[in-house]
Amino acid sequence: MNRRTVLALTAGAALLLAGCTGTRGSAKGADAEAPDDPSKVSGTITVLTVRTDLVQDGTMKKYAAEFNRTYPKVKVEFQALTNYEAEIKIRMNTEDYGDVLLIPGVIEKDDYPKFFASLGTQEERGKKYRFTDFTTVDGKVYGQTPNGVMPGFVYNKRVWREAGITDWPTTPDEFLAGLKAIKAKTDAIPYYTNFAAQWPLTSWTFVNGSVGCDPGATTKLAEGDPWADGSDLRVGDTLLYDIVHEGLAEKDPTTSNWEESKPRTAKGEIATQWLGTWAIIQFQDAARKAGVNPDDIGFMPFPAQVDGTFCATVGPDYNQAVNVHSRHKEAARAWIDWFTDRSGYDRDNLAISPLKDAPMPEVLKPYEDEGVKLIELDDSAGGRVKLIDNESEVGINKPEYRQDLVDLARGARKGSLDDFLAGLGEKWTDTRKNVGD
Amino acid sequence: MPPAPTPAHLTEKAASAAVASAPRHAAPAPAPRRARTWRLVTPWLFLLAPLALLITFTYAPIANMVAYSFTDWDGVSPELHYTGVENYTEIFTREDLFQVFFVSGYYLVASAIQIVAALYFATILSFDVRLRNFFKGVLFFPSLVNGVAIAFVFLYFFQDGGTFDTVLGLFGYHTDHAWLGTPASANVSLAGVSVWRYLGMNFVLFLGAIQSIPGELYEASALDGANRWHQFRHIILPGIKPVLTLTVILSVSGSLSAFEIPYIMTGGATGTETFVIQTVKLAFQFNKTGLASAAAVVLLLIILLVTWVQRRLVPDERVDLV
Repeated sequence: MNRRTVLALTAGAALLLAGCTGTRGSAKGADAEAPDDPSKVSGTITVLTVRTDLVQDGTMKKYAAEFNRTYPKVKVEFQALTNYEAEIKIRMNTEDYGDVLLIPGVIEKDDYPKFFASLGTQEERGKKYRFTDFTTVDGKVYGQTPNGVMPGFVYNKRVWREAGITDWPTTPDEFLAGLKAIKAKTDAIPYYTNFAAQWPLTSWTFVNGSVGCDPGATTKLAEGDPWADGSDLRVGDTLLYDIVHEGLAEKDPTTSNWEESKPRTAKGEIATQWLGTWAIIQFQDAARKAGVNPDDIGFMPFPAQVDGTFCATVGPDYNQAVNVHSRHKEAARAWIDWFTDRSGYDRDNLAISPLKDAPMPEVLKPYEDEGVKLIELDDSAGGRVKLIDNESEVGINKPEYRQDLVDLARGARKGSLDDFLAGLGEKWTDTRKNVGD
Repeated sequence: MPPAPTPAHLTEKAASAAVASAPRHAAPAPAPRRARTWRLVTPWLFLLAPLALLITFTYAPIANMVAYSFTDWDGVSPELHYTGVENYTEIFTREDLFQVFFVSGYYLVASAIQIVAALYFATILSFDVRLRNFFKGVLFFPSLVNGVAIAFVFLYFFQDGGTFDTVLGLFGYHTDHAWLGTPASANVSLAGVSVWRYLGMNFVLFLGAIQSIPGELYEASALDGANRWHQFRHIILPGIKPVLTLTVILSVSGSLSAFEIPYIMTGGATGTETFVIQTVKLAFQFNKTGLASAAAVVLLLIILLVTWVQRRLVPDERVDLV
């Protein structure tokens, strides 16, 4: 053997060895118990968050200082990730992913015990908190959201009033008529898709449950064709199609701009966007910065009624969880409990409290007046829906299919809406049959 | 291989040996065993650092990726199963995964235009023209701006009522066209941006090659009555052939793996999805890291194949102008 052959073989062997290094073995099952004595618990914990804005403007530091009044020996450090889902996925291949983190969408529900420490049983936590079944595996809860969110239309009240509409539309047709009136009587863009930012389109999936007022809507996705006649997603997607098809959306969706859309909505240049309760405060801030009335920002449910009442789904925002590899699980648990129960984070963000006995936020007063029925979706089939979604590459929680839908509606893509939705349904149901559980 | 530097103590010995053996005119005695070992080991010691870096950061990840391509890994789960060539079968049996290569056609055409334009400007600016350094700067400038910034700049450029529409309006051409609105228009726009971005790089490569051609050749040819075109055709073109071949290979592989500009500007919407964008979506949206790794390996093989075919068609001869 000459030298070059030996070299090549050695390098090859080294590569093979490297290639075999898969992922690490995993710890399995651990509990993050709440500390008995707040003054004794100590350690430095790292809290991961998506709220870059709150870390930068010092708001998170204020929360930490408040937290230290009860837990003086715990030092809290924050890491804000701008591209959370992508970054955390890579970090979670190691053991170093903070002490408290937000449960990313990529982790399969059954894998929760391998990554996170349990916060307690569902039986016990379910008495106090909403949304526990979203993070429950085998009766144990692995995450806790600091605030609930509800999808809906953020709209400019003044513009809608100028168009002569004061009552919320109760059917998709009435809604379309409303947008048409806005187009005819005002200068505003009736509806803004935020096509280029991508994720705002994804929130159209959250119409699921609101249309038919069915808490079992997620289970239906896992067991049937999501785009069957009269199904929630079909009603929602048809409305979006009609809005774009009839020219009620922005002229060039491909170059739309999310950051700009906030002040423009506040000023009345844009009338409506389908987002969620979490957006209200951002739009009000934008209104204040633009020097217009923040009270013009309104929020309305999906235009559909069952037995004469509107329906809206309430779900958790990102859930906070304790890293199973954390060395300060007690301190981490203390942070989650404090942040959920006592920080006031939900009120600061005009959000729905995760506590069962807390009142609704002020901005949702109109919902109470109108008697909107709030439901929580049963998420026991949530893991399966995610599995089917990824396997089939339909992507109900990804922007692509709605971008295709908008392209279809504005004629940049050939085909009919019926064929498009039927195609999605076929992909979905075929995969559903192949994915056994 | 460059000559290995000799350690100091060896140099002394070698020097005294040379002095001693000089009068006898005999062949130098073989160096002692220790010296020979050193001579053998020294170059490798120097190579240790770069090789370690190369293996750690280039070859090990590639080997890892190849290994993942035979599994069903989702990118984060501690469990992964060996699935054999299933991922590769899926890639080659699903036509929708290959349709995205049509998009590369736009970038291929764009690279042809880009190479011709770069060659044209490089030739012109290699002759004595007024303000040539200024124009060199203008042409090279886009290569200095990073791709993300360029993508954002052009997002504003193509916006409805944005820079492009305004400029067209100045010339009295008022258009209502959504530049990124239809697949054809969007792909042409994106390919145009990529020409703007990479033209400068090609231009500099060509200019460097042209300037390494000895000046006497032009003089001699001018005496023989050659005009600019003759000089280009018979001196410049053959003179820069190796660089030209290299550029073509880089452009073809670049067109097949176009990513940065379309990913940031449209995210692959409206029929602008390239193979790499699709791979990223498989890996990071649908959590099919195994399948995405296989797709990446397939792309690598396709590019190697294209390069090989190209080298067979245009063999790299030694160029000797003088």
